[in-house]
Amino acid sequence: MALQSGEKSPMLIGSIWSKPRSRWTLLGLRLLAFLAAAAATLVMALNKQTKTFVVATIGTTPLKLSLTAKFNHTPAFVFFVIANGLVSIHNLVMIMLDLLGGNFDYKGFRFPMVAILDMLNVALVSGGANAAAFMAELGKNGNSHARWDKICDKFGEYCDRGGGALIASFLALAFMLLISFISILKLVNASPHHSISPNNNQP
Amino acid sequence: MAKTKRIITILLRLLAFAATLSATVVMVTSHDSAEVLNLKFSAKYSNSPAFKFYVIAEAIASGYGLIALFLSSKSWVNRVIVILDVVIAMLLTSSISTALAEAVIGKRGNSHAGWLPICGQVPKFCDHVTGSLIAGFAAAILYLVLNLYSLYVVLAPLFPVKP
Repeated sequence: MALQSGEKSPMLIGSIWSKPRSRWTLLGLRLLAFLAAAAATLVMALNKQTKTFVVATIGTTPLKLSLTAKFNHTPAFVFFVIANGLVSIHNLVMIMLDLLGGNFDYKGFRFPMVAILDMLNVALVSGGANAAAFMAELGKNGNSHARWDKICDKFGEYCDRGGGALIASFLALAFMLLISFISILKLVNASPHHSISPNNNQP
Repeated sequence: MAKTKRIITILLRLLAFAATLSATVVMVTSHDSAEVLNLKFSAKYSNSPAFKFYVIAEAIASGYGLIALFLSSKSWVNRVIVILDVVIAMLLTSSISTALAEAVIGKRGNSHAGWLPICGQVPKFCDHVTGSLIAGFAAAILYLVLNLYSLYVVLAPLFPVKP
């Protein structure tokens, strides 16, 4: 199918991404996304703080109550850890496929599968990061209408570490967006007909 | 062939527009009040920033869906619409996950933080919010399917056959 006149620019952009330099760009981006997602997973999974409060005093001996804040008390943080873990595993598998896979191509499915999997992982990491961001905001400000107290004034370290994990996850999201964009461009370039014209009046 | 693709795309967009519109409307009209220990306890969607974000995101998606229904299959507008579809799908997934996290806290509370569940006191509010979340979830899935279908349509044939 010949290109129609005036449809030159997407082909040009698509062909830039077939050179070997683009391969290292994609690999570098995947490495950064893997590191960011793995950092977010680890920091949140090891996030724990214990504080001892003096609740009452009987005579001269104070009654102590020790409270722990862990990530698995909150379903949103559990989802955050699982989502970022899955994204880092996906990036690791994709890096190994790129370095060691070579020409592994099951019936020509390689480029579409990579593009689709990248899109799905963008949605996954976006969901995890947003749910955890909401929970962090609730823990920091509380909600006076529902009589929910804030907890960040008592568990400051827990909140700080959770905030760090959130920043890492949002960085991973930005990298995954770029990776998904590049994968789709590679798919466009690898498709043999290059039919990206919208007026596809094939009989 | 092109006609079938257009019909399927328009059908998906119509369903997604209906889902986002119903999610917005049902969330905005959800309110309930209860009297607990002589304190008037009223629950509205605007009491929580997560639900406000959810309403705004779904409203943006509905407006976009309405406009995208009427503009299709022109040269550069089609491409811009495909890109904006991806952006709106991400917006929808983020807003539904945020609102879902808030709804889980409202339904079960969080005993470790001393947060009591509120669904026992305001059941009508909780039911409304549940309905809106179901519609929002369906809208997010529909937009994801729409994205994959647009990718398939624009890049046809998708799976090259090796000779």
